[in-house]
Amino acid sequence: MSLRPDLALIARTVTPGARVLDVGCGDGALMAALRDTKRVDARGLEIDPHNVAAAVGRGLSVVQGDADTDLVTYPEASFDYAILSQTLQTTRRPDRVVEELLRIGRQAFVSFPNFAHWRGRLSLFWGGRMPVTRLLPDTWYDTLNIHHVTVDDFRALVKDRGWTIDGQWFLKGDRETTHANANLFAEHAVFLLRR
Amino acid sequence: MASASFPDDTRFGLRRQARLPGPLRLDSGAALGPVDIAYETYGRMNADRSNVILICHALTGDQYVASDHPVTGKPGWWWRLVGEGKPVDPARHFIVCANVIGSCMGSSGPASLDPATGDPHAMRFPVITIADMVRAQAMLLDHLGVDRLHAVIGGSMGGMQALIWPTLYPERVKSCVVIASTARHSAQNIAFHEVGRQAIMADPNWRGGDYYADGAIPSAGLAVARMAAHITYLSEAGLTEKFGRRLQGRPENPNGSKTFGFDADFQVESYLRHQGLSFVERFDANSYLYITRAMDYYDIAEDHGGSLAKAFTASRARFCLVSFDTDWLYPTAESRLIVHALNAGGAQASFVELSSPFGHDAFLLECPELNRVVDGFLKGGRA
Repeated sequence: MSLRPDLALIARTVTPGARVLDVGCGDGALMAALRDTKRVDARGLEIDPHNVAAAVGRGLSVVQGDADTDLVTYPEASFDYAILSQTLQTTRRPDRVVEELLRIGRQAFVSFPNFAHWRGRLSLFWGGRMPVTRLLPDTWYDTLNIHHVTVDDFRALVKDRGWTIDGQWFLKGDRETTHANANLFAEHAVFLLRR
Repeated sequence: MASASFPDDTRFGLRRQARLPGPLRLDSGAALGPVDIAYETYGRMNADRSNVILICHALTGDQYVASDHPVTGKPGWWWRLVGEGKPVDPARHFIVCANVIGSCMGSSGPASLDPATGDPHAMRFPVITIADMVRAQAMLLDHLGVDRLHAVIGGSMGGMQALIWPTLYPERVKSCVVIASTARHSAQNIAFHEVGRQAIMADPNWRGGDYYADGAIPSAGLAVARMAAHITYLSEAGLTEKFGRRLQGRPENPNGSKTFGFDADFQVESYLRHQGLSFVERFDANSYLYITRAMDYYDIAEDHGGSLAKAFTASRARFCLVSFDTDWLYPTAESRLIVHALNAGGAQASFVELSSPFGHDAFLLECPELNRVVDGFLKGGRA
Protein backbone atom coordinates (compact mmCIF):
# COMPACT_ATOMS: atom_id res chain seq x y z
CA MET A 1 0.00 0.00 0.00
CA SER A 2 1.50 3.33 -0.97
CA LEU A 3 0.88 6.48 0.99
CA ARG A 4 -0.29 9.74 -0.51
CA PRO A 5 2.89 11.73 -1.42
CA ASP A 6 2.52 14.34 1.33
CA LEU A 7 1.94 11.57 3.90
CA ALA A 8 4.93 9.60 2.65
CA LEU A 9 7.04 12.72 3.06
CA ILE A 10 5.82 13.24 6.62
CA ALA A 11 6.30 9.54 7.42
CA ARG A 12 9.93 9.78 6.23
CA THR A 13 10.63 12.81 8.39
CA VAL A 14 9.07 11.74 11.71
CA THR A 15 11.59 10.50 14.31
CA PRO A 16 11.21 6.80 15.18
CA GLY A 17 9.39 6.12 18.45
CA ALA A 18 7.87 9.62 18.56
CA ARG A 19 4.45 10.47 19.97
CA VAL A 20 2.21 11.71 17.17
CA LEU A 21 -1.28 13.20 17.01
CA ASP A 22 -2.74 13.00 13.50
CA VAL A 23 -5.53 15.56 13.21
CA GLY A 24 -7.90 14.66 10.41
CA CYS A 25 -6.34 11.21 10.20
CA GLY A 26 -8.91 9.79 7.78
CA ASP A 27 -8.90 5.99 7.86
CA GLY A 28 -5.55 6.00 9.64
CA ALA A 29 -3.24 5.26 6.67
CA LEU A 30 -0.43 7.50 7.93
CA MET A 31 -0.86 6.37 11.55
CA ALA A 32 -0.65 2.72 10.53
CA ALA A 33 2.47 3.38 8.46
CA LEU A 34 4.11 5.28 11.33
CA ARG A 35 3.21 2.54 13.79
CA ASP A 36 4.42 -0.27 11.56
CA THR A 37 7.61 1.30 10.18
CA LYS A 38 8.72 3.65 12.97
CA ARG A 39 7.14 2.23 16.15
CA VAL A 40 5.43 5.58 16.60
CA ASP A 41 2.82 5.99 19.36
CA ALA A 42 0.12 7.50 17.16
CA ARG A 43 -3.25 8.93 18.11
CA GLY A 44 -5.82 10.28 15.70
CA LEU A 45 -8.67 12.75 15.54
CA GLU A 46 -11.17 12.37 12.69
CA ILE A 47 -14.57 13.88 11.98
CA ASP A 48 -16.08 11.17 9.78
CA PRO A 49 -17.50 8.21 11.75
CA HIS A 50 -16.93 5.68 8.96
CA ASN A 51 -13.27 6.67 8.78
CA VAL A 52 -13.01 6.40 12.57
CA ALA A 53 -14.57 2.93 12.52
CA ALA A 54 -12.12 1.88 9.79
CA ALA A 55 -9.14 3.25 11.73
CA VAL A 56 -10.16 1.69 15.06
CA GLY A 57 -10.88 -1.49 13.11
CA ARG A 58 -7.18 -1.60 12.18
CA GLY A 59 -6.22 -1.29 15.82
CA LEU A 60 -5.47 2.44 15.93
CA SER A 61 -6.43 4.87 18.71
CA VAL A 62 -8.70 7.34 16.97
CA VAL A 63 -11.24 9.70 18.46
CA GLN A 64 -14.16 11.04 16.51
CA GLY A 65 -14.12 14.80 16.82
CA ASP A 66 -13.72 18.19 15.20
CA ALA A 67 -10.35 19.92 14.88
CA ASP A 68 -12.07 23.29 15.33
CA THR A 69 -13.52 22.43 18.75
CA ASP A 70 -11.85 19.37 20.24
CA LEU A 71 -8.12 20.16 20.16
CA VAL A 72 -8.51 22.20 23.35
CA THR A 73 -9.03 18.94 25.28
CA TYR A 74 -5.44 17.79 24.61
CA PRO A 75 -2.81 18.88 27.13
CA GLU A 76 0.10 21.16 26.22
CA ALA A 77 3.22 19.56 24.68
CA SER A 78 1.72 16.09 25.01
CA PHE A 79 2.98 15.01 21.57
CA ASP A 80 6.27 15.28 19.69
CA TYR A 81 4.39 16.01 16.48
CA ALA A 82 0.89 17.17 15.68
CA ILE A 83 0.01 16.52 12.05
CA LEU A 84 -2.61 18.28 9.97
CA SER A 85 -2.58 16.89 6.45
CA GLN A 86 -4.96 18.23 3.82
CA THR A 87 -7.30 19.38 6.57
CA LEU A 88 -6.26 23.01 7.14
CA GLN A 89 -8.41 24.31 4.30
CA THR A 90 -11.53 22.55 5.68
CA THR A 91 -11.42 24.08 9.16
CA ARG A 92 -13.48 27.07 10.22
CA ARG A 93 -10.51 28.89 11.77
CA PRO A 94 -7.29 27.51 10.29
CA ASP A 95 -5.15 29.97 12.25
CA ARG A 96 -6.55 28.82 15.59
CA VAL A 97 -6.22 25.17 14.60
CA VAL A 98 -2.50 25.64 13.82
CA GLU A 99 -2.12 27.55 17.09
CA GLU A 100 -3.60 24.52 18.89
CA LEU A 101 -1.33 22.12 16.99
CA LEU A 102 1.71 24.08 18.13
CA ARG A 103 0.45 24.03 21.72
CA ILE A 104 -0.19 20.27 21.72
CA GLY A 105 2.83 19.19 19.67
CA ARG A 106 6.43 20.32 20.06
CA GLN A 107 6.39 20.51 16.27
CA ALA A 108 3.55 20.52 13.77
CA PHE A 109 3.32 19.26 10.20
CA VAL A 110 0.81 21.16 8.09
CA SER A 111 0.12 20.10 4.51
CA PHE A 112 -2.33 21.68 2.11
CA PRO A 113 -3.10 22.02 -1.59
CA ASN A 114 -1.68 25.23 -3.02
CA PHE A 115 -4.51 27.25 -4.43
CA ALA A 116 -2.11 29.53 -6.33
CA HIS A 117 -0.83 26.72 -8.55
CA TRP A 118 -0.70 27.96 -12.14
CA ARG A 119 -3.47 25.63 -13.32
CA GLY A 120 -5.88 27.16 -10.84
CA ARG A 121 -4.73 30.64 -11.77
CA LEU A 122 -5.34 29.92 -15.45
CA SER A 123 -8.79 28.60 -14.76
CA LEU A 124 -9.73 31.67 -12.75
CA PHE A 125 -7.93 34.21 -14.91
CA TRP A 126 -8.89 33.00 -18.39
CA GLY A 127 -11.97 30.93 -17.68
CA GLY A 128 -13.35 33.14 -14.95
CA ARG A 129 -14.36 29.99 -13.09
CA MET A 130 -13.30 28.50 -9.77
CA PRO A 131 -10.78 25.78 -10.67
CA VAL A 132 -11.74 22.12 -10.74
CA THR A 133 -8.44 20.23 -11.04
CA ARG A 134 -6.98 16.83 -10.20
CA LEU A 135 -5.92 18.19 -6.82
CA LEU A 136 -9.09 20.19 -6.21
CA PRO A 137 -11.68 17.96 -7.85
CA ASP A 138 -14.84 19.42 -6.30
CA THR A 139 -16.99 22.24 -7.54
CA TRP A 140 -17.26 25.44 -5.52
CA TYR A 141 -20.62 24.46 -4.04
CA ASP A 142 -19.81 20.97 -2.81
CA THR A 143 -16.16 21.28 -1.81
CA LEU A 144 -15.20 20.73 1.82
CA ASN A 145 -12.46 23.31 1.34
CA ILE A 146 -13.81 26.49 2.90
CA HIS A 147 -10.54 28.36 3.34
CA HIS A 148 -8.51 28.24 0.16
CA VAL A 149 -4.90 29.05 0.90
CA THR A 150 -1.74 29.58 -1.11
CA VAL A 151 1.88 28.90 -0.19
CA ASP A 152 2.51 32.63 0.19
CA ASP A 153 -0.65 33.12 2.24
CA PHE A 154 0.52 30.45 4.64
CA ARG A 155 4.04 31.91 4.84
CA ALA A 156 2.51 35.27 5.66
CA LEU A 157 0.44 33.73 8.46
CA VAL A 158 3.55 32.01 9.86
CA LYS A 159 5.46 35.27 9.82
CA ASP A 160 2.58 37.21 11.31
CA ARG A 161 2.25 34.79 14.24
CA GLY A 162 5.99 34.51 14.79
CA TRP A 163 6.09 30.76 14.27
CA THR A 164 9.32 29.10 13.11
CA ILE A 165 9.57 27.04 9.93
CA ASP A 166 11.76 23.98 10.62
CA GLY A 167 11.17 22.47 7.20
CA GLN A 168 9.21 22.98 4.01
CA TRP A 169 8.60 20.69 1.07
CA PHE A 170 6.72 21.17 -2.18
CA LEU A 171 5.13 18.57 -4.38
CA LYS A 172 4.18 18.43 -8.01
CA GLY A 173 2.28 15.24 -8.68
CA ASP A 174 4.06 12.52 -6.74
CA ARG A 175 7.45 14.23 -6.84
CA GLU A 176 9.15 16.84 -4.77
CA THR A 177 9.72 20.08 -6.59
CA THR A 178 11.94 23.10 -6.11
CA HIS A 179 11.33 25.88 -3.58
CA ALA A 180 11.79 28.46 -6.28
CA ASN A 181 8.43 29.90 -7.28
CA ALA A 182 6.68 27.29 -5.15
CA ASN A 183 3.64 29.56 -4.98
CA LEU A 184 3.24 29.17 -8.74
CA PHE A 185 4.49 25.65 -9.38
CA ALA A 186 3.78 23.56 -6.27
CA GLU A 187 0.52 21.65 -6.21
CA HIS A 188 1.08 20.78 -2.63
CA ALA A 189 2.97 22.18 0.34
CA VAL A 190 4.16 20.56 3.55
CA PHE A 191 5.45 22.74 6.40
CA LEU A 192 7.09 21.68 9.63
CA LEU A 193 6.52 24.38 12.24
CA ARG A 194 7.49 25.19 15.79
CA ARG A 195 6.19 27.83 18.15
CA MET B 1 2.39 -25.08 31.91
CA ALA B 2 -0.65 -26.53 30.24
CA SER B 3 -3.79 -24.55 29.69
CA ALA B 4 -4.81 -23.06 33.00
CA SER B 5 -8.46 -23.94 32.57
CA PHE B 6 -9.23 -27.65 32.67
CA PRO B 7 -12.58 -29.01 31.58
CA ASP B 8 -13.02 -30.85 34.87
CA ASP B 9 -12.43 -27.74 36.98
CA THR B 10 -15.89 -27.04 38.37
CA ARG B 11 -15.13 -23.33 38.54
CA PHE B 12 -15.40 -23.07 34.77
CA GLY B 13 -18.29 -23.55 32.41
CA LEU B 14 -21.93 -22.60 32.05
CA ARG B 15 -24.32 -21.90 34.95
CA ARG B 16 -21.71 -21.67 37.69
CA GLN B 17 -22.18 -20.25 41.14
CA ALA B 18 -19.52 -19.33 43.68
CA ARG B 19 -20.02 -18.62 47.36
CA LEU B 20 -17.20 -16.27 48.35
CA PRO B 21 -16.67 -15.72 52.08
CA GLY B 22 -16.12 -11.98 51.81
CA PRO B 23 -16.86 -9.86 53.59
CA LEU B 24 -17.22 -7.36 50.77
CA ARG B 25 -16.82 -3.82 52.09
CA LEU B 26 -19.49 -1.69 50.44
CA ASP B 27 -19.47 2.03 49.62
CA SER B 28 -22.30 2.49 52.12
CA GLY B 29 -20.02 1.32 54.92
CA ALA B 30 -21.91 -1.94 55.32
CA ALA B 31 -20.29 -5.33 54.76
CA LEU B 32 -21.71 -8.18 52.69
CA GLY B 33 -20.74 -11.78 53.33
CA PRO B 34 -20.85 -14.42 52.19
CA VAL B 35 -21.22 -13.18 48.60
CA ASP B 36 -22.89 -15.45 46.08
CA ILE B 37 -22.01 -14.83 42.44
CA ALA B 38 -23.68 -16.63 39.56
CA TYR B 39 -21.61 -16.57 36.39
CA GLU B 40 -20.67 -18.28 33.17
CA THR B 41 -17.33 -18.83 31.50
CA TYR B 42 -16.71 -19.60 27.84
CA GLY B 43 -13.52 -20.79 26.19
CA ARG B 44 -10.25 -21.66 27.90
CA MET B 45 -7.76 -19.58 29.74
CA ASN B 46 -4.40 -19.70 27.96
CA ALA B 47 -1.16 -20.64 29.69
CA ASP B 48 -0.12 -17.09 30.58
CA ARG B 49 -3.71 -16.13 31.46
CA SER B 50 -3.56 -13.24 29.02
CA ASN B 51 -6.77 -13.90 27.08
CA VAL B 52 -9.39 -13.14 29.74
CA ILE B 53 -12.32 -10.90 28.82
CA LEU B 54 -14.89 -9.84 31.38
CA ILE B 55 -18.32 -8.92 30.01
CA CYS B 56 -20.49 -6.68 32.22
CA HIS B 57 -24.25 -6.72 31.83
CA ALA B 58 -26.85 -3.95 31.86
CA LEU B 59 -29.59 -3.14 34.40
CA THR B 60 -31.87 -6.07 33.69
CA GLY B 61 -29.24 -8.25 32.05
CA ASP B 62 -27.66 -11.40 33.40
CA GLN B 63 -24.74 -13.79 33.08
CA TYR B 64 -26.21 -15.54 30.03
CA VAL B 65 -24.29 -13.38 27.58
CA ALA B 66 -23.81 -16.10 24.98
CA SER B 67 -25.96 -19.04 26.08
CA ASP B 68 -29.72 -19.57 26.09
CA HIS B 69 -31.60 -17.87 28.91
CA PRO B 70 -33.00 -20.50 31.33
CA VAL B 71 -36.32 -18.66 31.82
CA THR B 72 -37.05 -17.14 28.42
CA GLY B 73 -35.17 -19.65 26.25
CA LYS B 74 -33.85 -16.73 24.19
CA PRO B 75 -30.25 -16.79 22.90
CA GLY B 76 -27.57 -15.00 24.92
CA TRP B 77 -28.23 -11.27 25.15
CA TRP B 78 -24.98 -10.33 23.37
CA TRP B 79 -24.75 -13.22 20.91
CA ARG B 80 -24.07 -10.68 18.16
CA LEU B 81 -20.78 -9.72 19.83
CA VAL B 82 -19.83 -12.83 21.82
CA GLY B 83 -19.54 -16.28 20.27
CA GLU B 84 -17.85 -18.31 17.58
CA GLY B 85 -16.45 -16.08 14.87
CA LYS B 86 -17.48 -12.93 16.77
CA PRO B 87 -15.19 -10.17 18.08
CA VAL B 88 -15.24 -11.84 21.50
CA ASP B 89 -14.66 -15.46 20.59
CA PRO B 90 -14.42 -18.46 22.97
CA ALA B 91 -12.01 -20.02 20.46
CA ARG B 92 -9.51 -17.27 21.33
CA HIS B 93 -10.72 -15.72 24.58
CA PHE B 94 -11.56 -16.91 28.05
CA ILE B 95 -14.81 -15.07 28.66
CA VAL B 96 -16.38 -14.41 32.06
CA CYS B 97 -19.82 -12.91 32.60
CA ALA B 98 -21.24 -12.61 36.13
CA ASN B 99 -24.63 -11.58 37.43
CA VAL B 100 -24.14 -8.31 39.35
CA ILE B 101 -24.76 -8.30 43.08
CA GLY B 102 -28.17 -6.81 43.80
CA SER B 103 -29.63 -8.69 40.84
CA CYS B 104 -31.81 -11.80 40.93
CA MET B 105 -30.27 -14.42 38.66
CA GLY B 106 -28.28 -16.24 41.32
CA SER B 107 -26.02 -13.56 42.78
CA SER B 108 -26.58 -12.06 46.22
CA GLY B 109 -29.43 -9.61 46.12
CA PRO B 110 -32.67 -8.73 47.86
CA ALA B 111 -34.32 -11.91 46.58
CA SER B 112 -31.52 -14.22 47.77
CA LEU B 113 -31.66 -15.86 51.16
CA ASP B 114 -29.93 -14.29 54.13
CA PRO B 115 -27.88 -17.21 55.53
CA ALA B 116 -28.35 -15.81 59.03
CA THR B 117 -32.16 -16.04 58.95
CA GLY B 118 -32.98 -18.32 56.03
CA ASP B 119 -35.36 -15.67 54.69
CA PRO B 120 -34.95 -13.43 51.63
CA HIS B 121 -33.00 -10.26 52.41
CA ALA B 122 -35.73 -8.12 50.82
CA MET B 123 -35.13 -4.45 51.75
CA ARG B 124 -32.69 -5.51 54.48
CA PHE B 125 -30.15 -6.07 51.70
CA PRO B 126 -27.59 -3.25 51.86
CA VAL B 127 -27.77 -0.51 49.24
CA ILE B 128 -24.99 -1.12 46.72
CA THR B 129 -23.16 0.93 44.10
CA ILE B 130 -21.75 0.19 40.66
CA ALA B 131 -18.28 0.16 42.25
CA ASP B 132 -19.52 -2.48 44.72
CA MET B 133 -20.63 -4.62 41.77
CA VAL B 134 -17.12 -4.27 40.32
CA ARG B 135 -15.48 -5.19 43.65
CA ALA B 136 -17.60 -8.35 43.72
CA GLN B 137 -16.45 -9.16 40.17
CA ALA B 138 -12.84 -8.71 41.28
CA MET B 139 -13.47 -11.20 44.11
CA LEU B 140 -14.83 -13.64 41.55
CA LEU B 141 -11.77 -13.19 39.32
CA ASP B 142 -9.53 -13.89 42.33
CA HIS B 143 -11.51 -17.09 42.84
CA LEU B 144 -11.04 -18.02 39.17
CA GLY B 145 -7.30 -17.33 39.33
CA VAL B 146 -7.54 -14.38 36.94
CA ASP B 147 -5.07 -11.62 37.68
CA ARG B 148 -5.31 -9.39 34.63
CA LEU B 149 -8.05 -8.70 32.12
CA HIS B 150 -7.18 -8.49 28.45
CA ALA B 151 -10.40 -6.49 28.25
CA VAL B 152 -13.44 -5.52 30.23
CA ILE B 153 -16.44 -4.81 28.01
CA GLY B 154 -19.90 -3.50 28.76
CA GLY B 155 -22.86 -1.61 27.34
CA SER B 156 -25.14 0.75 29.25
CA MET B 157 -24.81 -0.13 32.98
CA GLY B 158 -22.24 -2.71 31.86
CA GLY B 159 -20.26 0.19 30.40
CA MET B 160 -20.36 1.92 33.79
CA GLN B 161 -18.80 -1.15 35.40
CA ALA B 162 -16.24 -1.41 32.61
CA LEU B 163 -15.29 2.24 33.11
CA ILE B 164 -14.96 1.88 36.89
CA TRP B 165 -12.72 -1.18 36.55
CA PRO B 166 -9.51 0.68 35.60
CA THR B 167 -10.17 3.33 38.26
CA LEU B 168 -10.43 0.73 41.06
CA TYR B 169 -7.93 -1.83 39.71
CA PRO B 170 -5.61 0.03 37.32
CA GLU B 171 -3.06 -2.78 37.32
CA ARG B 172 -5.62 -5.42 36.39
CA VAL B 173 -7.10 -3.91 33.19
CA LYS B 174 -5.31 -3.83 29.83
CA SER B 175 -8.21 -2.49 27.80
CA CYS B 176 -11.68 -1.23 28.37
CA VAL B 177 -14.67 -1.07 25.99
CA VAL B 178 -17.54 1.20 27.00
CA ILE B 179 -20.60 1.16 24.74
CA ALA B 180 -23.68 3.41 24.93
CA SER B 181 -22.77 4.49 28.42
CA THR B 182 -21.80 7.44 30.60
CA ALA B 183 -19.52 8.52 33.44
CA ARG B 184 -22.42 9.73 35.57
CA HIS B 185 -26.17 9.50 35.88
CA SER B 186 -27.86 12.74 34.85
CA ALA B 187 -30.87 14.34 36.51
CA GLN B 188 -33.00 13.02 33.65
CA ASN B 189 -31.63 9.49 34.12
CA ILE B 190 -32.40 9.65 37.85
CA ALA B 191 -35.84 11.07 37.16
CA PHE B 192 -36.86 8.18 34.93
CA HIS B 193 -35.60 5.68 37.49
CA GLU B 194 -37.54 7.38 40.23
CA VAL B 195 -40.73 6.97 38.18
CA GLY B 196 -40.03 3.24 38.00
CA ARG B 197 -39.28 2.91 41.69
CA GLN B 198 -42.39 4.84 42.68
CA ALA B 199 -44.50 2.60 40.45
CA ILE B 200 -43.13 -0.49 42.23
CA MET B 201 -43.47 0.92 45.73
CA ALA B 202 -46.99 2.17 45.00
CA ASP B 203 -48.11 -1.36 44.14
CA PRO B 204 -50.07 -2.68 47.17
CA ASN B 205 -48.35 -6.04 46.70
CA TRP B 206 -44.93 -4.50 47.32
CA ARG B 207 -45.50 -4.34 51.11
CA GLY B 208 -42.17 -2.78 51.98
CA GLY B 209 -40.44 -5.39 49.85
CA ASP B 210 -41.66 -8.42 51.85
CA TYR B 211 -43.66 -10.11 49.12
CA TYR B 212 -41.65 -13.30 48.65
CA ALA B 213 -43.56 -15.59 51.06
CA ASP B 214 -46.98 -15.73 49.37
CA GLY B 215 -46.02 -15.23 45.74
CA ALA B 216 -48.20 -12.12 45.38
CA ILE B 217 -45.54 -9.94 43.77
CA PRO B 218 -45.84 -6.26 42.81
CA SER B 219 -46.12 -7.23 39.17
CA ALA B 220 -48.28 -4.27 38.11
CA GLY B 221 -45.80 -1.77 39.54
CA LEU B 222 -42.79 -3.57 38.08
CA ALA B 223 -44.47 -3.78 34.68
CA VAL B 224 -45.11 -0.02 34.67
CA ALA B 225 -41.50 0.60 35.70
CA ARG B 226 -40.36 -1.51 32.78
CA MET B 227 -42.72 0.22 30.35
CA ALA B 228 -41.45 3.68 31.31
CA ALA B 229 -37.83 2.54 31.12
CA HIS B 230 -38.36 0.75 27.83
CA ILE B 231 -39.39 4.01 26.16
CA THR B 232 -36.00 5.46 27.08
CA TYR B 233 -34.26 2.57 25.33
CA LEU B 234 -35.88 3.37 21.97
CA SER B 235 -35.74 6.38 19.71
CA GLU B 236 -38.68 8.49 18.66
CA ALA B 237 -37.90 7.73 15.01
CA GLY B 238 -37.62 4.02 15.80
CA LEU B 239 -40.99 3.97 17.56
CA THR B 240 -42.59 5.87 14.70
CA GLU B 241 -41.14 3.49 12.16
CA LYS B 242 -42.14 0.38 14.11
CA PHE B 243 -45.62 1.43 15.23
CA GLY B 244 -46.54 4.89 14.03
CA ARG B 245 -50.16 5.48 15.01
CA ARG B 246 -51.19 2.05 13.80
CA LEU B 247 -53.99 0.32 15.66
CA GLN B 248 -53.77 -3.09 17.25
CA GLY B 249 -55.53 -5.79 15.27
CA ARG B 250 -58.11 -7.96 17.05
CA PRO B 251 -59.69 -11.31 16.07
CA GLU B 252 -62.98 -9.58 15.17
CA ASN B 253 -61.21 -6.69 13.47
CA PRO B 254 -57.75 -7.47 12.03
CA ASN B 255 -57.09 -3.81 11.21
CA GLY B 256 -57.95 -2.67 14.72
CA SER B 257 -60.16 0.23 15.70
CA LYS B 258 -60.51 2.92 18.30
CA THR B 259 -62.63 1.39 21.04
CA PHE B 260 -63.45 4.67 22.76
CA GLY B 261 -62.21 2.96 25.88
CA PHE B 262 -58.90 2.22 27.50
CA ASP B 263 -57.83 -1.03 25.95
CA ALA B 264 -54.54 -1.10 24.13
CA ASP B 265 -55.93 0.40 20.91
CA PHE B 266 -52.53 1.40 19.56
CA GLN B 267 -49.86 -1.09 18.64
CA VAL B 268 -47.33 0.83 20.70
CA GLU B 269 -49.51 0.40 23.80
CA SER B 270 -49.87 -3.30 23.18
CA TYR B 271 -46.13 -3.60 22.66
CA LEU B 272 -45.29 -1.79 25.90
CA ARG B 273 -47.79 -3.85 27.89
CA HIS B 274 -46.21 -6.99 26.50
CA GLN B 275 -42.77 -5.72 27.47
CA GLY B 276 -44.00 -5.00 31.00
CA LEU B 277 -45.76 -8.36 31.45
CA SER B 278 -42.94 -10.50 30.13
CA PHE B 279 -40.44 -8.60 32.27
CA VAL B 280 -42.12 -9.46 35.59
CA GLU B 281 -41.72 -13.14 34.82
CA ARG B 282 -37.96 -12.88 34.83
CA PHE B 283 -37.08 -10.01 37.14
CA ASP B 284 -37.43 -9.22 40.83
CA ALA B 285 -39.03 -5.89 41.78
CA ASN B 286 -36.69 -5.27 44.73
CA SER B 287 -33.67 -5.96 42.54
CA TYR B 288 -35.01 -3.30 40.19
CA LEU B 289 -35.07 -0.83 43.10
CA TYR B 290 -31.52 -1.68 44.21
CA ILE B 291 -29.90 -1.65 40.79
CA THR B 292 -31.55 1.58 39.63
CA ARG B 293 -30.42 3.15 42.91
CA ALA B 294 -26.86 1.97 42.27
CA MET B 295 -26.96 3.58 38.82
CA ASP B 296 -28.32 6.85 40.21
CA TYR B 297 -25.47 7.07 42.73
CA TYR B 298 -22.98 6.54 39.90
CA ASP B 299 -20.71 9.51 39.14
CA ILE B 300 -17.03 8.64 38.62
CA ALA B 301 -15.85 12.26 38.79
CA GLU B 302 -17.61 12.79 42.13
CA ASP B 303 -15.55 9.93 43.57
CA HIS B 304 -12.35 11.66 42.43
CA GLY B 305 -12.67 15.19 43.74
CA GLY B 306 -14.87 16.29 40.86
CA SER B 307 -12.27 15.47 38.19
CA LEU B 308 -13.04 12.69 35.75
CA ALA B 309 -9.49 12.91 34.34
CA LYS B 310 -8.05 12.18 37.80
CA ALA B 311 -9.97 8.91 37.96
CA PHE B 312 -7.84 7.39 35.20
CA THR B 313 -4.36 8.75 36.00
CA ALA B 314 -3.15 5.47 37.54
CA SER B 315 -4.41 3.39 34.60
CA ARG B 316 -2.34 2.38 31.59
CA ALA B 317 -5.37 0.82 29.88
CA ARG B 318 -6.46 1.42 26.30
CA PHE B 319 -10.03 2.66 26.00
CA CYS B 320 -12.63 2.28 23.30
CA LEU B 321 -15.88 4.23 23.57
CA VAL B 322 -18.86 3.89 21.27
CA SER B 323 -22.07 5.90 21.32
CA PHE B 324 -25.13 5.84 19.07
CA ASP B 325 -26.56 8.93 17.41
CA THR B 326 -30.18 8.19 18.39
CA ASP B 327 -29.41 7.23 22.02
CA TRP B 328 -31.01 9.91 24.21
CA LEU B 329 -30.59 7.94 27.44
CA TYR B 330 -26.79 8.16 27.36
CA PRO B 331 -26.20 10.56 24.48
CA THR B 332 -22.94 11.03 22.62
CA ALA B 333 -22.07 14.12 24.66
CA GLU B 334 -21.62 11.87 27.72
CA SER B 335 -19.14 9.68 25.87
CA ARG B 336 -17.30 12.78 24.68
CA LEU B 337 -16.86 13.92 28.29
CA ILE B 338 -15.13 10.63 29.01
CA VAL B 339 -12.96 10.92 25.91
CA HIS B 340 -11.90 14.45 26.83
CA ALA B 341 -10.98 13.29 30.32
CA LEU B 342 -8.95 10.43 28.87
CA ASN B 343 -7.22 12.76 26.39
CA ALA B 344 -6.36 15.13 29.20
CA GLY B 345 -4.59 12.28 30.95
CA GLY B 346 -2.86 11.14 27.76
CA ALA B 347 -4.63 7.77 27.77
CA GLN B 348 -4.91 5.72 24.58
CA ALA B 349 -8.52 6.35 23.69
CA SER B 350 -10.69 5.62 20.71
CA PHE B 351 -14.18 6.93 20.29
CA VAL B 352 -16.80 6.75 17.60
CA GLU B 353 -20.45 7.70 17.36
CA LEU B 354 -22.20 5.11 15.23
CA SER B 355 -25.43 5.66 13.40
CA SER B 356 -28.44 3.50 14.25
CA PRO B 357 -32.19 4.03 14.24
CA PHE B 358 -32.64 1.97 17.43
CA GLY B 359 -31.77 4.46 20.19
CA HIS B 360 -30.07 3.17 23.33
CA ASP B 361 -30.99 -0.43 22.47
CA ALA B 362 -28.69 -0.23 19.44
CA PHE B 363 -25.81 -1.72 21.44
CA LEU B 364 -27.71 -5.03 21.63
CA LEU B 365 -28.88 -5.04 18.02
CA GLU B 366 -27.42 -5.68 14.59
CA CYS B 367 -24.62 -3.21 13.95
CA PRO B 368 -21.75 -4.48 11.78
CA GLU B 369 -19.69 -1.36 12.44
CA LEU B 370 -19.83 -2.00 16.19
CA ASN B 371 -18.43 -5.48 15.67
CA ARG B 372 -15.75 -4.12 13.37
CA VAL B 373 -14.70 -1.49 15.90
CA VAL B 374 -14.63 -3.88 18.88
CA ASP B 375 -12.83 -6.56 16.88
CA GLY B 376 -10.17 -4.16 15.63
CA PHE B 377 -9.75 -2.62 19.05
CA LEU B 378 -9.28 -5.97 20.80
CA LYS B 379 -6.82 -7.18 18.17
CA GLY B 380 -4.97 -3.85 18.21
CA GLY B 381 -4.01 -4.54 21.82
CA ARG B 382 -1.80 -7.43 20.75
CA ALA B 383 0.47 -5.30 18.57
